Amino acid sequence: MIGLEHFLILSGTLFCIGLFGALAKRNAIAILMGLELMLNAVNINLVAFARYVTTGILTGHVFAIFVIAVAAAEVAVGLALIVAIYRDRISVNVDDFDWLKW
Amino acid sequence: MDLSLLTIEIATVLLAIGVLVIGLLIPREQRFGLGYLVTIGLAIILFVSFGYYGINATAFEGMYYVDDFSIFFKQLILVAAVLVTLAATLYVKKMGTNYGEFFVMTVFAALGMMVLSSAGEFITLYLGLETMTISFYILTGFKKNDSKSAEAGIKYLILGAMSSGILLYGLSLVYGMTGTTVISEVAVKLAEMGSLSPAMVVGMVFLVAGFGFKISAVPFQMWSPDVYEGAPTPVTAFLAVGSKAAAFAALIRVFMIAFPDYSLQWKMLFAALAALTIIIGNLVAIPQTNIKRMLAYSSIAQAGYIMTGVIAANAAGVRGVAFYGMLYVFATIGAFTVVMNFSANTGSDEIRDYAGLARRSPLLAAVLTVCLLSMAGIPPLAGFAGKFYLFSSIVDQGYLWLVIIGLLMSMASVYYYLSVAKVMYMADPVDDSPIVVPAGAKAVLLITMIVTVFLGVYPQPLSVLANLAANSLFF
Repeated sequence: MIGLEHFLILSGTLFCIGLFGALAKRNAIAILMGLELMLNAVNINLVAFARYVTTGILTGHVFAIFVIAVAAAEVAVGLALIVAIYRDRISVNVDDFDWLKW
Repeated sequence: MDLSLLTIEIATVLLAIGVLVIGLLIPREQRFGLGYLVTIGLAIILFVSFGYYGINATAFEGMYYVDDFSIFFKQLILVAAVLVTLAATLYVKKMGTNYGEFFVMTVFAALGMMVLSSAGEFITLYLGLETMTISFYILTGFKKNDSKSAEAGIKYLILGAMSSGILLYGLSLVYGMTGTTVISEVAVKLAEMGSLSPAMVVGMVFLVAGFGFKISAVPFQMWSPDVYEGAPTPVTAFLAVGSKAAAFAALIRVFMIAFPDYSLQWKMLFAALAALTIIIGNLVAIPQTNIKRMLAYSSIAQAGYIMTGVIAANAAGVRGVAFYGMLYVFATIGAFTVVMNFSANTGSDEIRDYAGLARRSPLLAAVLTVCLLSMAGIPPLAGFAGKFYLFSSIVDQGYLWLVIIGLLMSMASVYYYLSVAKVMYMADPVDDSPIVVPAGAKAVLLITMIVTVFLGVYPQPLSVLANLAANSLFF
C-alpha cells in the first residue's frame, strides 16, 4: 500500500537531485531544469499532504497550481536573460559569466 | 468582506497598468514625463495610506492583514519607491530604451512587497514574494547594452529561484505537519501538538534559509554584491531597501505569529546568523574599491543589525526594526542617489574617482557623508537613535554578547565610511568639471539629508508610528 511516506521520500529525493543539478551543472539551461525539479518536488509534497493530511480540503492543490504558474513566469524571465547573455558571449556556460566576481 | 481595505494595493495595480498603457500609446520621445507621473501617483497613494492606521482588520478570512504593522511597512515601501522614481529619471533616460517600462516594473515590485508585508497566509506570502523578485530579475537585467547587467540578472534569478524553492519546501512541510496555510492557525495547531516533529524542524530551518537569502544574511549573502554592482543603480537602491524591508516584515510575521512557542530555538539560530552577518558584512566592506560593492556589504551588515530586533521577539524589538528600517530607507537611497548621479555624469562607480567631489559638487559630497555616517550610527544622526532602539531591545534578554559585537563592528564600519569621505574632501579632483544634478534628484538628496538629520535630533514622530506598528502585531 502506497502511503504518505512514499510520496515524501520521492519528493525529498527529487528535491535533492534538483538542488544538486542547480549547484553542479555548468550549463545555464540545465541549472534552470534543476530549479524546476526542486519546485516539482514541492508540488508533490503539497498534493500528497492535501490528499493524506487535509483530505477533502483543496488548499494544497491550489498552492501547487500557484507554484506551477509562478515557476512558468520565472523560467520565462530566466530564458530571456540567458538569450540576452548568449547574444553577447555565444555561450550559456556559467563559468563564462565572470564579468562580475562570482 | 470589505474591498476598501485593499484600496492601496488596487490603486498601485491601476497605476502600474495605467502607466504601461499610456507608455505604449504616446510617441517615444514624449515618454519622459512617465517617471514623474509614477512619482506623483505613488506619493498620492502614500498620502492616502495614512488614513489606514488604526483599522487593524483582516481581509479574505484571515489571509490578508490590514494592520498598523503592514501599513507602516507599506509606507516604508512607498517612500522608497517615490524617492527612487524621482531620483532615477536622468539615469533611466541615459540607459536608453524602454523608459516607461522601467517605472512600471518598479511599481509592480513595490506591489509585491506590499502584498508580502500584508500576507497572513503562505500562498499569499509566496505570491507577494515572487511578484517582487520576478520584477527585480527583470529590473536587474534592464540595461540591454551592458552585459554586466544581464549577468547580474541571471545570477540573481538562479540564486533567487533556488532560495524560493527552499523556502517553498519549508512552507510545504509546515503545511503538511499542521494542515493549514494560515499563519495564525499554524500557531494554534502547533500548540495542540505539543512538541515539534522532525519534519517541522526541517521546515523551520528551510524557512530561515529562504528568508535569510532575501534579507541577505551571511551565509546566504553571496548574491548581493554581484547583483548590487551589476544592476542599474536605481534598482540597486530599491533592492537594498524595499526587498529587504518587505522580507523582514514577512519574516517577523511568520516567526512571531506562527512559531511563538518555539522562539528559544529560532532565536538561537537568528542570533548566530546576526553575529556572522554583522562581522562578515563589515569586515569585507573595508577592502572594497567599487562604491556599489562597498554599499552592498554595508547593507549586509545593516541587515545584521536589524536582525537583532527580530531576536528580541517582542514589541520593543519590532519597534526597533520598523524605526531602523525607515531611516535606513533615507540613508541608503540618499547614498545611492549620489552614486547614480555621479555615474550618470562620469560613468564610474570606483571610489578613487570620487576624489575631490566636495569641490565638484558640494551637495553630493555632503549628502553622501551624512548618509554614510548615519549608517555608521554616529550621533546626532538618525542611525544612532535606530541602533539604540535595536540594541536596547535585546540587552536584557541575555544577548549582551551580540550587542557588544554590534557596537565593535559599528566602530569598525566608521573606518570604511570615513575613508570615502576622506577621498571626497581631502583628495584633489583629476577633472574639475562640476557635476550636473537634475532637479528631481536634487530634491531627493535634500529630503534624505534633512530627514536623516531631523530624525536623529527629534525621533519622536517616527517612533510613534513604529510603536503603533509594533503594538498591532502583539495586540
